[in-house]
Order: sequence, then structure tokens, then C-alpha cells
Amino acid sequence: MICRRTDEGEKMKTLEELKAIRDRMKNQIELRDDNNEGRIRVQVGMATCGIASGARPVLNKFAELVQQKDLTNKILVTQTGCIGLCQYEPIVEVLEPGKPKVTYVKMTPEKAEEVFEQHLVRGQAIGKYTLATQDIK
Amino acid sequence: MYRSYVLVCGGTGCTSSGSLKIIERMKDEIKRVGLQDEVNVVETGCHGLCALGPIVVVYPEGTFYSLVKVEDVPEIVEEHLLKGRPVKRLIYDEESSIGPKSLTDTDFFKKQYRIALRNCGVINPEKIDEYIARDGYEALGKVLTSMKPQEVIDIITKSGLRGRGGAGFPTGKKWQFCANVPSDIKYVCCNADEGDPGAFMDRSVLEGDPHAVLEAMTIAGYAIGSHQGYIYVRAEYPIAVKRLQIAIDQAREYNLLGKDIFGSGFDFDIELRLGAGAFVCGEETALMTSIEGKRGEPRPRPPFPAVKGLFGQPSILNNVETWANVCQIILRGSDWFSAIGTEKSKGTKVFALGGKIHNTGLVEIPMGTTLREIIEDIGGGIPNGKKFKAAQTGGPSGGCIPAEKMDIPIDYDNLISIGSMMGSGGLIVLDEDNCMVDIAKFFLTFTVGESCGKCTPCRIGTKRMLEILEKITKGKGTMDDLKKLEDLAYYIKDNALCGLGQTAPNPVLSTMRYFKDEYLAHIQDKHCPAGVCKALLSYNIDPNKCKGCTLCAKNCPADAISGTVRNPHVIDQSKCVKCGTCMDKCRFGAIYKK
Repeated sequence: MICRRTDEGEKMKTLEELKAIRDRMKNQIELRDDNNEGRIRVQVGMATCGIASGARPVLNKFAELVQQKDLTNKILVTQTGCIGLCQYEPIVEVLEPGKPKVTYVKMTPEKAEEVFEQHLVRGQAIGKYTLATQDIK
Repeated sequence: MYRSYVLVCGGTGCTSSGSLKIIERMKDEIKRVGLQDEVNVVETGCHGLCALGPIVVVYPEGTFYSLVKVEDVPEIVEEHLLKGRPVKRLIYDEESSIGPKSLTDTDFFKKQYRIALRNCGVINPEKIDEYIARDGYEALGKVLTSMKPQEVIDIITKSGLRGRGGAGFPTGKKWQFCANVPSDIKYVCCNADEGDPGAFMDRSVLEGDPHAVLEAMTIAGYAIGSHQGYIYVRAEYPIAVKRLQIAIDQAREYNLLGKDIFGSGFDFDIELRLGAGAFVCGEETALMTSIEGKRGEPRPRPPFPAVKGLFGQPSILNNVETWANVCQIILRGSDWFSAIGTEKSKGTKVFALGGKIHNTGLVEIPMGTTLREIIEDIGGGIPNGKKFKAAQTGGPSGGCIPAEKMDIPIDYDNLISIGSMMGSGGLIVLDEDNCMVDIAKFFLTFTVGESCGKCTPCRIGTKRMLEILEKITKGKGTMDDLKKLEDLAYYIKDNALCGLGQTAPNPVLSTMRYFKDEYLAHIQDKHCPAGVCKALLSYNIDPNKCKGCTLCAKNCPADAISGTVRNPHVIDQSKCVKCGTCMDKCRFGAIYKK
């Protein structure tokens, strides 16, 4: 579905057309960059407990937003296993170089969108969704 | 939109160990767990670590799985792709690293600098869009819309790029010669007739990044005033041939090959010509003769191909790896390129590591890297705790680098000064178990078989040299033979018609230079120090160690071992075929070679 090749079969006449293809393909290729240095790492807990409580739509939301906004070279969206707080799943950890880890709990795709906008783009962690403010009993 | 990509190597190495089945199974499993809209499986070119294939890399994490089997696929899909738990047991493990290992974290990749191989293992070579996403065809666009042909030649000349096929002739100079010859018809040729035993870097570039070659050839066409290119590729590279054809078709579809490219008025097209695998067809005049449809034989130069080449027209010929550097030089400038490498050898070189080395595969290193770094750091050293003896570079045209020269920075001129050559980049590591006379014999057997027979020094001279070597390895050589061998070698070097004959004596000369003692041992002591030459060794049983278990006698294919239970056995030397089975089978180390 991503490989929309609208101009398939058409002859390329200009550099702009070449650039259009490059831009369309850029995110796919940047995801394969090994240079993770300096990238923000978004880890979504995808163990059985995470998946059962809906981690996949959350993971896909993050992946989609990052690619849509052309941030694949700055943000790495990946999965991780169970971190042991199963009742708080879906759990999302944001690891930024040089900053303490932020752990979001009970995530939904909607909350993911907020975290993306506020935390990943603007750099302000959303306190109310983090582990610290939830009561751990 | 995909969140993750699974890259499976589809190079020849991994394909032969079953990577296509892995791709098929991977797609099935991904569909089974319903991830087909989230995870994309991509077939790529070679990653370089062929010994550990099939190789699977999962992005965005860059987790590097090696030696993957079809049965492992469900586990990777369910554990890693679905639940985010990398399958630790399959992760490439240097010594005892813990946790998921990324490709670039490994020692194998750390010291490499990838220009020619930059897209290999990263893009799907059968999709032109992926190549374009990695700045593909931008160099061509730049050249056609904003540069004059002479400016293109100047950049290549200034970069210091030299031919990667063997002799290291400056690429810009070659283009300049051809551009200076006035003619309406000229040809651009690509030498993909990679024939050195053990060398496979050109194959990997063609399989992993075919468009880079097409784009570079088109640029050269513009620079010298040619409208037709030919790629001469050996038919033994079926995957490379297939992907090249796909690439040509896709480029034509986008009009990146064809008429009026980028609206510049410049026309260029490329066709494939398949070679039947004759080594001599890697020689430029023989290659062009073969493209013309004639028997592939070299002819005397001058006239050089730049003046009178393919179909009698001015032509240039560069090898695959040389082409793979061109677009990057155009995009990043000659200063960028000439900053890499040594004074007279710029850029990088791809080597095919083989022989007695841990990481068999492809490596691309800046010129000036030492052999020690290649073998010990990148190659992971020599297996089984054996001692390094020599490295053979340049295939049948090259020579050996002995242990004492390990710290010499590798570039064209240094290799020639120590009696070897860059060649196309095969690097075969030899350890203490290799007999140097036997190695020289191996390469000479190859050249004798591949000699086209046109000129006498090569046709008859190499054969006589081989006969002398056979005599020596059988223990029948004399000191006189050694002298004759050397005289013949220099005579052939001076008088053969083409590069094949002129370089054929190199393996003999270089082993005689650095390992004279081994030749002398064969001749004077009738002894092969490495224990390779069968006529000069015998297997014996140490009666003090032999427990009389009878295992050796049971396994001997020639019934040469006799003895009774619990009594030391004896080998009948007249019956022994020296296969070494008894030595492999003995549990007490009682059998020894001498």
C-alpha cells in the first residue's frame, strides 16, 4: 500500500520528477539506517500482555506518525518485551540521549498521538500519562 | 505504512544456502500472524558476511541474524516481529556479546568504509525507486543538466580514481584519451567478467546495486560522446544477469536510459553481452573481441581501445567496482574522494576474503589499511589457532604477502613493490598448513587451463613451468629446475601478448622470493614442510601412543593398516594412498605425518 507508483510507466523528464520519487521513498529507506546515534528511541512493550491490552495499534500509530512527519532519521520506533508491569500495559518508553527515561503507561493510539506531538516533536513529556503519576500498588 | 523492514540477503552466497526459501516462509508467517501491513520483507544484495549466510537484518533496530534456517523463521516472526523480543540465539555474536547486536556495531563492519558497496544489503536491487531514494540517478541528472563533458572528466581525473580491475590505470585519463579521439561512434563498456578464483566483489555490486553501474556508464557516455554501452557479464552469474536486465528495463521505463534523457537531448542505451566464462575475456582487447561475436582472444596494443576498440571505434572499458565509485564522486566531489586513501591510491577497495579466515566474505576498506587490520580486526583472525603464513592477492596474476609485510599499508604501488598486485581484489589467507609450492602450482594450473593459446610464451611457457612445479612437488626437482623456472618466468613476463601471460608467472616468482626455503626443502630434503605434497609425506603410527583400538584399520580405504587388537598397528607405506583418514579417526593422536 505504501508503494503507490502513480507515475509508473511515465517517462521522467526533469530532476523534479526524480526528486518526487526520492521524497516518496525516503522514509522507507531511512528506516534502514544503522546510525542510531542521537536518535530518540520509542520502545513499545510488545509481550503477550502488551499485545493483549492493545500495544499494536499504539506501535503502529507511532511508526505512522514518525514517517508521515519525516522524522525517521531522528526517532526510532521499536518494540521491546515485557518490563514486568503487565497491568499498566500498553507501556511506551521514550529514551532520549542525555535525558532520563520517560515511561508512559496504559497507552492508546489517541494518547500516542498526544505524546508524539508534545513530547517527541516539542520535547515536553506529558506527566499525566507517565508511570510516576500513576499509583503503583 | 510499514513500521519494520526485514532485509533478507539475496546474493549468490546466501541464495545457495537457502535464503529464497526463507523469504517465502517469512512472507507466509508474517501473513499468518497478520503483520503484512506492518512489516515488509525485502530481498537485498550481499552484506559481505557470506560465511554466516543466510543473513537476515531487521530494521529499525538493525538486528543482525546469521545462519538463519527456514525452521527459524516462525520464531523470528512470532518473537521479534510480533512481540519485540529479538531471537538471541540467532544474533550474530562476536565472542560473547550480550543483547541485540546491530550491524554497524560489529568489528566486521566498524573498520569498513562503504562506497562501492553502499547500497548492497540496504536496498532491494530490483526496485529502481529504492535506488533513487538513496540519491540514485541524481549524479546523472546533475551531469546532464549542469555540466559540460570536459567538466565530468576533470572531476574523475582530479579524484584520483584508478581502475579497480587490476592494473590500476587512472580512470579519468582513460576517459580523456577516448574523449580526445574524434568519432561519431564510441562505446562505453563494463567489464563484469570477474574471473579470479575466489573473487566475487563485482558480482555482489551487480547483484546488490545494478543501477549504480548503469548510471555511471551513462555519465561516462556523456563525458566521452558515446551513445551505446555494453556490459560483458559472465553467464555463470545468473542472479547478476537477471537483476541487470531488470535494472535496464526499469531505467528504460523511466527514460533514464533511452532518448533525450532528462530532456537534455542526450541519448544512451545499454545492452548485456554474456560471456562463457573464459578467464582471458577479462583482458580488455579479448573482451571487446568477444562482444563483437568473435572468439575471445587478445590482440597486441597499440592501438589502444581508447583509439580503436569495440567494432574498431574508440571505446572505454572499466570494471564494475570502478563504475560503482563514479556516481558518488560526481555527487560528493573529487576532494571528498581524494581525501580517502593514500597519496597515489585514492578511495576504497573491496576485497573478497577467503581461505583460512574467520569471516569469509566481502569487505570494503579505505586504501592504506594494513593487511593486519583486514585479517585480524575485520576478518576475525585465523581459525583453529593456526599461524598466519601469507595472504595471496591478485589471484593468478598476483602474489603472496608474507607475515613480515603484514603492516604495509595496502595500495596499488605498495603491493607491486612487494611483488604482488591489487588485482580485482581476491584476498586468500594462507596458514601454516598451506604449502607455498602447492599454491604456486594451483594458480599455474589455472592459467595453463585458461591460456587462450594465441601466443607461444603463454601457451607453451606456462605449461613447462607447471611441469617443473609438478616435478618439485613430487620430490624429483633439482636445483637446476629452480633456475630454469625462474628464467622461464621472466621470459614469459617479458614476451607474452596480454596481461594473462605477462602476469601468469607472478605466483611462482613471489613464492620463490618469500618462501625459497620451502622450494629448497622440496628439492634438497625431499620434504614438504606443510605436509601437503602427498608424494613427499608418509603417515606413521607411534607405537607408544597406539592402543590397538583397530579404528584406523577399519576406516582405511586401502587396507594399508595391519595389527591385532590391543597391539600397536603398522601402516604399509606401499599400500598407503595418503588420504589422512586414519589420522582423523585416531582418538589417541598416535598417527603423525612426516
